[in-house]
Amino acid sequence: MAALGSPARTLRGLLRELRYMNAATGRPYRDTAAYRYLVKAFRAHRVTSEKLCRAQHELHFQAATYLCLLRSVRRHVALHQEFHGKGERSVEESAGLVGLTLPKQPGGKGWEP
Amino acid sequence: MWRSCPRLRNWGRRALNWSPGGPTTSMGPGPNTLSPSRDYAPPAERKRFYQNVSITQGEGGFEINLDHRKLKTPQAKLFTVPSEALAIAVATEWDSQQDTIKFYTMHLTTLCNTCLDNPTQRNKDQLTQAAVKFLDTDTICYRVEEPQTLVELQKNEWDPIIEWTKKRYGVEIGFSTSIMGPSIPAKTREVLVSHLASYNMWALQGIEFVVAQLKSMVLTLGLIDLHLTVEQAVLLSRLEEEYQIQKWGNIEWAHDYELQELRARTAAGTLFVHLCSENTTVKHKLLQE
Repeated sequence: MAALGSPARTLRGLLRELRYMNAATGRPYRDTAAYRYLVKAFRAHRVTSEKLCRAQHELHFQAATYLCLLRSVRRHVALHQEFHGKGERSVEESAGLVGLTLPKQPGGKGWEP
Repeated sequence: MWRSCPRLRNWGRRALNWSPGGPTTSMGPGPNTLSPSRDYAPPAERKRFYQNVSITQGEGGFEINLDHRKLKTPQAKLFTVPSEALAIAVATEWDSQQDTIKFYTMHLTTLCNTCLDNPTQRNKDQLTQAAVKFLDTDTICYRVEEPQTLVELQKNEWDPIIEWTKKRYGVEIGFSTSIMGPSIPAKTREVLVSHLASYNMWALQGIEFVVAQLKSMVLTLGLIDLHLTVEQAVLLSRLEEEYQIQKWGNIEWAHDYELQELRARTAAGTLFVHLCSENTTVKHKLLQE
C-alpha cells in the first residue's frame, strides 16, 4: 500500500489549498461546501480500533489524491501565467530566459526608421 | 506528444468545453488588439459570468448551479454526476476560477463532460480494449541498454511495480529493450479485460484517461489499487526525464510545467475513478458487551 503519512497532515494541506483558492475571491474558505464536506469526512472516519481499516486508507488515499490535484493545478497555473500565458515572446525576452542579452550595435543597425 | 504542445492542446480543450449558447461573440478582445510585438497571442478566455456556485440533488444525481442557471455539458445535456463528493469537487473547480474561466485547469469538469456526452461514441467493450491495448506499449516495459546508470535505475524502480502487478493479478508481463516491444501473453490481456469489466462506464473513461496520461497500464493499476500515490506514479512514468534532468539540469518552464500538469491530470483521473466506482456503505460496529 502506498505510504501517505498522517491524515492530519493531509487535511492541513487541503485546508491550505482551500485558503489559497478563496483568498482571491475574498470569501472565507470556511463557508465553502468543500470545507464542510472535507471536515465532515475526516471527522466521521477518524478512529477505528481495527488493526487495518481498508475504508479509512481508501478515504485517506482519495484525500491525498485531491490534495495533489489542487496543489498541482495551483502550481501549473502559476507557471502558465509566468511563462506561457502571454503569447509569443519578443527576441529580447527569449534571450533573457536563458540568461543572454542581445548585442548592442553602436549607432543602430542601419535599417531602423 | 500532446504534453509538449500546451498551446495547441489548450485551444483544443477550449473547443471541447464550449458551453451551449456561448457564441463567439461573448469572447473578449481578439488578438488584434494586443501590442504588435506579440506575433501570437493566446485566445482570450471567457469571463467569470457567475457569482455563486451551488449543488442540488436532482433525479439523475447531483447537479451544479452557477447562480440560478444549471450547468450543462458542451452538447447541452444537463450536467449531473453520480456522487456528492465529485459534485463538490466540480463545484469547487468552478468556484475557484477568479476573473476568467480557465478550462485547462478544470480536469474533473472535463472528465464529467466526456462521460456525459461520450464524444467518441464508444461503448464499454471498446473502452476496455483501448485501455488494455496500451499494455503493448507500456512505458515501464520498454527498457534502455545504455547508459548503465539509467539501466540500473529502470531496473530498480520499475521491476518492483511489475512484480507487484504479476502477483496481484496472477499474470505474466515481460519487458523488452528492442523496438518490437515486450511479450504480453493473451492470457494477461484476458485477465485484465475481465478485471476492467467490473468497472462502470464512468470509471472506465477515467481509467483510460489516466492510462493515456501516464502512458502505462501497469502504473494505472497501481493507482487504482491504492498501491502507488499519484506523485510516485508520475515519477515512475517520467523516470527517464528525471534522469536527464539530474544530468543536464532542470528547466522550470518546460520540466516543472509538464510535471505539474501531468500530476494534476493524473490526480484528477485517479480521483475520478475512485469516486465513480465506490459504493458507500456505512456499517456501525456493534458494541461488545
